[in-house]
Amino acid sequence: MTAITFAARIGQAAGAAALAFAFTCAAPAQAATNIERVVSPQGIEAWLVREPSVPLVAIDFSFRGGSSQVPAAKAGLATLMTDLLDEGAGEFDSRTFHERMESYAISMSFSASRDQINGSLRTLAEHQDIAFELLNLALTKPRFEQPLVERVRSQIMSGLRRGTTNPNELANRSWWNTAFPGHPYAPAVNGTLDTVPGITIEDLKAFRQRMFARDNLKIGIVGNVDAAAAGRIVDRIFGDLPAKADLVAVAQASPQALGRKLTVELDVPQSVVMVGGPGIPRKDPDFIPAYVLNHILGGGSFSSRLYREVREVRGLAYSVYSTIIPLDHAALFVAGTATRSDRADEALQVMRDEIRRMAQTGPTDEELASAKSYLKGSFALRFDTSSKIASQLVQMQVDDLGIDYIIRRNGLVEAVTMDQVKRVAKRMLDGGMLVAMVGRPSAATAAGGNTAGPSADPAAAPAARPVDKK
Amino acid sequence: MQKSKVSVWRQAATSLTAVVIAVSAFVVVLLPGRAPAQTPGPEISHFTLKNGLEVVVIPDHRVPVVTHMVWYRVGSADEPPGVSGIAHFLEHLMFKGTEKNPEGKFSKVLATIGAQENAFTTADYTGYYQRVAKEHLQQVMEFEADRMTGLVLTDANVLPERDVVLEEFNMRVANSPEARLGEQVAAALYLNHPYGRPVIGWKHEIEKLNREDALTFYRRFYTPNNAILVVAGDVSADEVKKFAEATYGKVAKRSEIGPRQRPQEPEPAAVRHVVHADARVTQPSLQRSYLVPSEHQTKPGEAEALDLLAHIVGAGQNSRLYRKLVEERKLAINAGANYSGTTVDATRFSVYATPQGGTSLPDLEGAVDGVLAEVIENGVTEQELTRAKTRLIADTVYAQDNQATMARWYGAALASGYTVEQVKGWPDRVRAVQAEQVRDAARTWLQKQRSVTGYLVKEWPKTEEKKERRS
Repeated sequence: MTAITFAARIGQAAGAAALAFAFTCAAPAQAATNIERVVSPQGIEAWLVREPSVPLVAIDFSFRGGSSQVPAAKAGLATLMTDLLDEGAGEFDSRTFHERMESYAISMSFSASRDQINGSLRTLAEHQDIAFELLNLALTKPRFEQPLVERVRSQIMSGLRRGTTNPNELANRSWWNTAFPGHPYAPAVNGTLDTVPGITIEDLKAFRQRMFARDNLKIGIVGNVDAAAAGRIVDRIFGDLPAKADLVAVAQASPQALGRKLTVELDVPQSVVMVGGPGIPRKDPDFIPAYVLNHILGGGSFSSRLYREVREVRGLAYSVYSTIIPLDHAALFVAGTATRSDRADEALQVMRDEIRRMAQTGPTDEELASAKSYLKGSFALRFDTSSKIASQLVQMQVDDLGIDYIIRRNGLVEAVTMDQVKRVAKRMLDGGMLVAMVGRPSAATAAGGNTAGPSADPAAAPAARPVDKK
Repeated sequence: MQKSKVSVWRQAATSLTAVVIAVSAFVVVLLPGRAPAQTPGPEISHFTLKNGLEVVVIPDHRVPVVTHMVWYRVGSADEPPGVSGIAHFLEHLMFKGTEKNPEGKFSKVLATIGAQENAFTTADYTGYYQRVAKEHLQQVMEFEADRMTGLVLTDANVLPERDVVLEEFNMRVANSPEARLGEQVAAALYLNHPYGRPVIGWKHEIEKLNREDALTFYRRFYTPNNAILVVAGDVSADEVKKFAEATYGKVAKRSEIGPRQRPQEPEPAAVRHVVHADARVTQPSLQRSYLVPSEHQTKPGEAEALDLLAHIVGAGQNSRLYRKLVEERKLAINAGANYSGTTVDATRFSVYATPQGGTSLPDLEGAVDGVLAEVIENGVTEQELTRAKTRLIADTVYAQDNQATMARWYGAALASGYTVEQVKGWPDRVRAVQAEQVRDAARTWLQKQRSVTGYLVKEWPKTEEKKERRS
């Protein structure tokens, strides 16, 4: 199924060292993509895929950290900091910086999540040196000038204001606030209308210094560059960073308030339902079985059980899904849908029934075989552009999967047995879950009076009443 | 949440309703427009089968996967009056099965072999695609060819799907005041052309769509001589031709397709404003659309001048609108513009802005007018023009990294009546545009009587009457 060649090329130039794995993606796609492990002269590791046929260079990177490193009172700091990196850096003010990006057709973006600060650079090969300089400046010498801070802050505040009447946003916020009380995972990554105004320039500078270092950094490069050149590129961009990040310990957590149902009243025609509980950590031996299981229940095809029962058979929703979210310090299973308010309770019931049915009886043999086949067959679709490959190179490092994961992965999926899936179904899906429902779910059932009354402030969601024990 | 530097209203006249999103964050976003670079792009093949099906092959041999798309030259603007939304509803129903492959067998097979699939509808076209390992290409083509004419519909599978579409309407429009304003601006802009109808349809008409409506529309427009097959990826033109003849080639033409003649717009005469008030609005905003020609209707170079004008006026932080309104005058949180010329009929040049703090929408609108007046009066600088050209042309190089993007560009263009040569030649035509042409395009087309301006507000401004009562 797979062919591996192993080659070590050491000291090609300037102390750059590279280990190369040549592999083919497992059947059915006979993809050939070489991943090389590059160690730069300054000792920074990156994973490289050499791609000579497209005249661009794609670099993705990730710093472990993210919004879970931010005190609750400063929620939104990670987003404000990342949004300001390209607003002036080093000798270039914001305007000059953006002019240079456009003049050389360079794209650069940054984002924060709960566990990471992620970044991405796309440049034409002919302008790569300018791109590397700009990215280096953005990471090491962002200006954080007052007028720019205020401008970007106002943009974030505008988005937060919009979010106060957006049912998806409200469902998410009330769910996370209630599931992780007192934990850094509780606040939304981009903060709240209360916290964002209080973030200072000193906060921004200090947070950048804490987060951006060489020991919490993962890099993926795709382009027409060899290992030696990749080593030089890595040092050019990241070599100035301090050796060590200054991260605070984040407690392991699991979602709380299981069995409760939060209701946020909002006058919208379509209610949003979010259901969640504990998932399976990425390093857990049950992760791949859980991934296969989730695919059958509500993953990415038009044949999942939730899709069939909620959407196709009953016409209750356009969108319905389930997913497993393995964070660094918690693992989640989450399912959701959006449905007309007078049938929201029905949609929730159907989802619960399907989750329970899966927990109790597991999938059929045919479903399991089909899911494994799908997941193997579609794996190559994650690698068909340089951009996607760069992103995968980083994700595999963030998840600590090993440079040969890409050749092992389909074998891991293939090895999943019915017994494993059934056991994981019980483990993951059989307990109580926390439900957040936003909209007017009581509109149609007001006579029955079975839902919580208005709870205007989603921030107060923990106070919403527990209704409807599973 | 991302910094809101990007347009909230990225849809133009061909506002897309990507469809059949099952799960995950898999959303199709198609913007008609950018053509890929001429060199050193892939060798694109283009031929037509005996039954009239056009075929485009875009090689990309890096990874053994293919993107297979079938586009029909029919969209919401081709719907008869009274059944708005039928093009999109039919697109959903195309997943229900055929006589040969009943009950969603196609999707079941795709879900086993590991194919991603979806479909989308705009005002001008309807498309279906699968992304799959290359050895499954012929099988996928067999299925897609089968549903070109073999669809079987029953009330049992049609009626629940209509509820699904109504939920899609709720998600995209009813739950979003911004989208509702966009719908109203389009409806006010187009006085005669069906581009004024939402692609998803008007709710009261969606609610009444039925099996017969869908089949009537299907029989009229779904025929090989009204379709384009685009295959991008690790495959040769010879292979595609062989497979296509063995599959699509056997589908008989079942209706004659005449030229696409929709009712055309009269010359616009009046400045129009619409106001949408909704209690859910926590962030007011404004958007404006000008009625402007598509690439079919412009004189040579004019559509490309409009592309550059939109970029210089409103793309990103170097744009005139952002610099003047956001950076310098601090009247806006965000501002921008866009134009998509690859439509069949007259399209839109759109401008949007979100006010900062206490800026009123009329004041913000006045400031937008000031920025546009400056361009109309004095044109754009050589520096701006060079930067814009670099960025737009580079986008076509970046596109070569993504076979699905390439397939969409060619498919959208051909389905809207453009040729492979026009798509290929776009970078050269952009390069040739002179600054005066950009200024002239602004002068000709950014006239206020050609436009509708929409305000999104929480509540109607207090009226004079109320003030009088208080006093």
